[in-house]
Amino acid sequence: MKLIFALFTGLVFGVGISISGMINPAKVFNFFDIAGTWDPSLAFVMGGAVVVTFIGYRLVWRRDAPLFGGGFQIPPNNAIDARLVGGSALFGIGWGIAGFCPGAAIPALGTGRWEVVLFLVAVTVGFYARRLLTSVQQNTKAA
Amino acid sequence: METMFTPFASLGGGALIGLGAVLLMLGLGRILGATGIMSGLVFAENGSEFSWRAAMVVGMILAPGLIFLVTGQMPELSVPVSPMMIAVGGVIVGLGASFGSGCTSGHGVCGLSRLSVRSIVAVPTFMLTAAITVYLSRHVFGA
Repeated sequence: MKLIFALFTGLVFGVGISISGMINPAKVFNFFDIAGTWDPSLAFVMGGAVVVTFIGYRLVWRRDAPLFGGGFQIPPNNAIDARLVGGSALFGIGWGIAGFCPGAAIPALGTGRWEVVLFLVAVTVGFYARRLLTSVQQNTKAA
Repeated sequence: METMFTPFASLGGGALIGLGAVLLMLGLGRILGATGIMSGLVFAENGSEFSWRAAMVVGMILAPGLIFLVTGQMPELSVPVSPMMIAVGGVIVGLGASFGSGCTSGHGVCGLSRLSVRSIVAVPTFMLTAAITVYLSRHVFGA
């Protein structure tokens, strides 16, 4: 049941990504291209998503626990550090180069376009690179 | 390349993205972050960490097909950049999103909705660097 629920959740999210235009790199580039062929549509995506989530989360949190148990796992609100700011800055640069972000690219896999596969493989390489960099850093500290 | 301004589709799609995030919190008590879901799949340490994420990803991938069944058309997706840019951008996205602990869905939708201070710093950071990157690649280096 939990897995069917998770699948349904992914489907709702994916339909949203597809209808909203987030799935389309041309639209992502144009959202940021204020000096050129500007298309402000994606501001509406963010607006719609945040309003629904803002209200929905507060309704859900009235419950003691999620439907399938395990408690609400909210990331801790730690201090702002260089990793957060530097990582986010890098993420934006990559997004601005490729036009895809992970949440748009996973549903986009369903269109069967090879560019999406290339992007997601590259993102996975980035994940491994981060692991490698972090472990090198830890080893240097330990030495 | 011009894209059409689609305020209603984008708002509706955004609302569905938000609904997906709310459903995941309701059912499993988790934040819907595509970076977390993807890296959780890649680096899963046990089956229960893997299975719900895999189910969500399957649901997401099915979305464009569902839209095709209902409307007779795949969602519009055009990639106006070279394979090299997709690959390089993807690696930077993977590095940045994992260092910054989130991307458009995790920080943007879920983080802003729960008023996370980290996300309130992360989102303008990646929006700004993405806009600068698109400006440079389109108007300075001329793609």
